[in-house]
Amino acid sequence: MIKIAFPHMGDYHVPANYLLSHVFSNTEVIKAPKITSKTIELGTKYSPEFICTPFKYTLGTMIECLEKGASILIQMGGGCRYGYYAELQEQILKNLGYKCKVINLVVEGQTNLKRINKLLKQIDPKYSKIKALYYSFIALKMVKYMDIVDDYIRENIGFELEKGSFESLKEEMLISFSNVKSYRELYKTYKIYLKKFHKIKVHKPDNRLKIGIIGELYTIMEPFSNYFLEKQLAKHHIEIKRFTNVHYLLFEKSKKYKKYKKYSKDYFIYNMGADASDNIARCKYLCEEDYDGIIHIKSSFCTPEIGAMPIINKIANTYKKPVLFFSFDSATSETGVQTRLEAFYDMLEMRKDK
Amino acid sequence: MNRVGIPRSLFYYYYGDIWKDFFDSLKIPYIISPKTNQDIMSRGINIANDEMCLSLKNYLGHIDYLKDKCDYILVPRISNFKNNNQTCTNFWAAYDIVHNLFPVNILNYNVDLDKRKTLKKGLYKIGKELNQKKLKIKKAYRYAITKEKKKIKKNHIINLNKLNQDKTKILIVGHPYNLYDDMIGSDIIKYLIKNNIEIIYSDKFDSKITNHLSKKISKELYFKYSKDNLGAIVYCQKQIDGIIFISSFPCAPDSLANELAMRKIKLPYLNLVIDDSTSFTGLETRLESFLDMLGGKLND
Repeated sequence: MIKIAFPHMGDYHVPANYLLSHVFSNTEVIKAPKITSKTIELGTKYSPEFICTPFKYTLGTMIECLEKGASILIQMGGGCRYGYYAELQEQILKNLGYKCKVINLVVEGQTNLKRINKLLKQIDPKYSKIKALYYSFIALKMVKYMDIVDDYIRENIGFELEKGSFESLKEEMLISFSNVKSYRELYKTYKIYLKKFHKIKVHKPDNRLKIGIIGELYTIMEPFSNYFLEKQLAKHHIEIKRFTNVHYLLFEKSKKYKKYKKYSKDYFIYNMGADASDNIARCKYLCEEDYDGIIHIKSSFCTPEIGAMPIINKIANTYKKPVLFFSFDSATSETGVQTRLEAFYDMLEMRKDK
Repeated sequence: MNRVGIPRSLFYYYYGDIWKDFFDSLKIPYIISPKTNQDIMSRGINIANDEMCLSLKNYLGHIDYLKDKCDYILVPRISNFKNNNQTCTNFWAAYDIVHNLFPVNILNYNVDLDKRKTLKKGLYKIGKELNQKKLKIKKAYRYAITKEKKKIKKNHIINLNKLNQDKTKILIVGHPYNLYDDMIGSDIIKYLIKNNIEIIYSDKFDSKITNHLSKKISKELYFKYSKDNLGAIVYCQKQIDGIIFISSFPCAPDSLANELAMRKIKLPYLNLVIDDSTSFTGLETRLESFLDMLGGKLND
């Protein structure tokens, strides 16, 4: 029996797992172990010198999955060099002596059904296309609902009266999502849980701090790679706004790019690669709205974001808003991140009191 | 009179000759920044973000040098050449970075073949902005392009001739804006020439030939300039004795493509990554031992 696995990114393993296990009935989907410091150590050991950090995380996870017996690995890609990870990772794993195949679904930030069909045939030549379409529809809807719920949680988690109520309810929701059988059922469970989320009691003071998080897509979506930044902020009772999620990347990006371009034409006129130009526009938006501060996070050596950083700095200077830049690497220490965050938080409080 | 400034970095090494011929033919005065020196480099490092790649820092240094010496600075944007031939994202962002960091007039054109923005359209746009007549621009463009095509053919033939010689032959794999830059790669090349080595440059092959050949090393690679480099390796791997990879720290496409090439080729290679704090003495030791090793292999 063929065993498939894929690297983690946030909670999105739930819809991915759902899709793969329903489409390929005679294969086993291996759940990748949670990312730990051992994973990143493994990844760093076998990665090239100056590669960006998502490569290390995904490579580490892949090795752990292969140890569990997986033979086919699935990798996604973005608009930058993320799209080229798969081939090099396959080569590295082969040199390490593993027998495996890495399937890359997105190349150059673009993909189409024809390409995906061709790739899926490598896993199972006789898979049912209708089934695949139906379940991918459900999985995509699941992603959408998860993102909506996540947005709500991010705005409110800092102000919950009973600690941990949002998190435990979310985990409950993800479990019931993974057990649905049809789209109707998914929709019903989503509605039920949305009501439950709205029922959780929160206390939002009027003078609360609001922070926008922008940055590179992997680091922003995988909580381990940003040292649980959102959780730390929630501890300080801060409302968080985040733009990037999978639903945005899949469906909204191309539409919104035109709007963004028009909105911030003083700062950029060309696409700067990956999410860089989106982030510039978001930075302008956050400055114009009543947000107190901006946090820009990226993995080290992320080329598009490095290009965007001087421009983000310029925007923040013109609007006189504080920006905090984080560049995460495998060697970043958690205490260092905490210290900088605390200083930033204190500074925001002081500005607010003025 | 409108004077155009051309920074001698990044795009210059791909399009410099075309620009020079184009402006010469239109009789537009232009100034090219001098070869990179310590002053220009440190200017760039001061302006740029610490994590930017050395070549981009260098580029910003050149622009800083030019900013009050001319009326316009030529900063193109090169995005892609169709059929999975992207460039590095720094090339995409160069215009916007310069536009935001320097208060200068910029002459800009966009090469994006996926959206049908060609070099021809770009140069026409520049000519128009400098108030030239269309007929004159057409003539200048044709002049520049025919000269460029001849240059590519000539370089290719020179490289082929070099491959047939008896001396120790080393293929240098790197981007031209690193190889020929005085502060980045040219010391290495000088050292090799001094040691009587025949150098073959990966960027001087005809990219129409090498681009396809790169598929033998990497099927999914979509960075145009890395593709050309890997294609050059495939093209001449039977005739050369060793390969030296030169890249600037931290180059995005090279970090992946060169790594893959190193894992797949069966020739001796040396990987040199150059940082703003790299000293040539350190490089010299590594080059010396590499040449010794090649010599030992040849004597066997």
